[in-house]
Amino acid sequence: MSEFSKEQLLFLKEQKKQQRIVRVSRVLILLSFLFLWEFSANVGWIDSFIFSSPSKIALCFWGMVLDKSIFLHIGVTLYETIISFVLVILISIFIAVCLWFSKKLSEILDPYLVVLNSLPKSALAPLLIVWLGANRVTIITAGMSVAIFGSILSLYSSFVTVDPGKVKLIYTLQGNRLQALIKVVLPHSLPSIISNMKVNIGLCLVGVIIGEFLAARNGLGYLIIYSSQVFKMDWLLMSIVILCIMAMALYALINLLEKYCLRHYR
Amino acid sequence: MDQVLELKNIHYTYHTLDGETPALTDISFSLNKGEFVAIVGPSGCGKSTLLSLIAGLIVPEKGLIKINGKYLRESTTNIGYMLQHDELFEWRTIYHNVLLGLEVQHMLSAKTKARAHELLDIYGLKSFENSHPSELSGGMRQRAALIRTLVLEPDILLLDEPFSALDYQTRLNVGDDIGQIIRREKKSALLVTHDLSEAVSLADRVIILSGRPATIRQTIPLIFDLTQDTPLNRRNSPEFKNYFNLIWKELNSDE
Repeated sequence: MSEFSKEQLLFLKEQKKQQRIVRVSRVLILLSFLFLWEFSANVGWIDSFIFSSPSKIALCFWGMVLDKSIFLHIGVTLYETIISFVLVILISIFIAVCLWFSKKLSEILDPYLVVLNSLPKSALAPLLIVWLGANRVTIITAGMSVAIFGSILSLYSSFVTVDPGKVKLIYTLQGNRLQALIKVVLPHSLPSIISNMKVNIGLCLVGVIIGEFLAARNGLGYLIIYSSQVFKMDWLLMSIVILCIMAMALYALINLLEKYCLRHYR
Repeated sequence: MDQVLELKNIHYTYHTLDGETPALTDISFSLNKGEFVAIVGPSGCGKSTLLSLIAGLIVPEKGLIKINGKYLRESTTNIGYMLQHDELFEWRTIYHNVLLGLEVQHMLSAKTKARAHELLDIYGLKSFENSHPSELSGGMRQRAALIRTLVLEPDILLLDEPFSALDYQTRLNVGDDIGQIIRREKKSALLVTHDLSEAVSLADRVIILSGRPATIRQTIPLIFDLTQDTPLNRRNSPEFKNYFNLIWKELNSDE
């Protein structure tokens, strides 16, 4: 079928038009927001000392690019986030597998996991500083603490919802429980492992920023706290914008991974 | 005749917190080499439990199961088990689905792989080797599931309502199809079903179970006077209706 009918072409054209409207509107919202911000700061509707302005933020960013300090801050936060993310994924898969192997263990630990998961993790950060010191270990631990319990719970619940028929198949083929894990449970759970990653990368970033607020000499979290203390709103807002971009980029990266890994899943 | 499978006085009870449910009481029968036996009974009577016992997935409370004269536990005979659903893995291609049993039993070799290709070729799935299950029709999927079982060279095939998830038309075709494949490969087979016409069209002998707790109510040998004994020909023969009615009456005799 190389030739489409007239109706099909019309339909495709209509669809493309819809998509274009969505895309243009998105950009338009961003641009008009930036313009309004810049304009109202320039004519004095808002105090640019407190609210800053897009041009001041851009200048501030350029200045920090020139003295290269911004790369340190971004790099540090990125590094800490990725380390805590990778650890969260590995540890939570490992623990969820242990829970899957032993129903008894999962029943015993269930209330603890639920409590730890609902605990506001920012409350732990001061404790971590006392226990681990004001250093990078604390920040990475803070990042992990936000994500890990929820991650264990959601992975475990995905492991146990595997179609029992597929697990039975492995046993009818005279396989054991380890083979059921490797051949069925893990591949079946790959989509939820990846969607779990999407949530966790954001949560780790949150935890790392909390950690940096309290225990850092560099990183974007440190930059935010420091600039609020010395009232440099340009720095503060710039850091927030960079965080937005960073979160988006990390998310997009996992989206790519998802597209690649889930080619053959329905 | 050679008995490949023998069950003696099998009892099995399910235990839950709410109490116990006896599923099977005093079940004894045997399966001869190359024979196709169908077990019918009301739904929920413990038919599938019987297959799980034979496959060694669960252990009977009382009674003996012997395979080729050896106790189940010591037996090394391969038992093939076809489940209600094909349970093909969407993340694997058809070819790799077929290899699953070999992988699990650490039997992957050039020879067994060649056998897998051969079976896929014989049964018309060669061009789908690299497809994923969702691209196949229900009948082809069930065939792929059968090949996954056959490639392990089982001596006994256990079929647990393997056609019940298919729509009626596909079911007739696939039933015929798979019945003939099993005959051609000269396997001994035990089919569990609640579909009487399926049992009559496929089996050499039908065992009728009572409702829960299941006991054997009667065993009916099926003899068809046909030059070509295929499931489809059976359905069109005069004996078919007689056997069907006989089994139907026997199943409902206590109500």
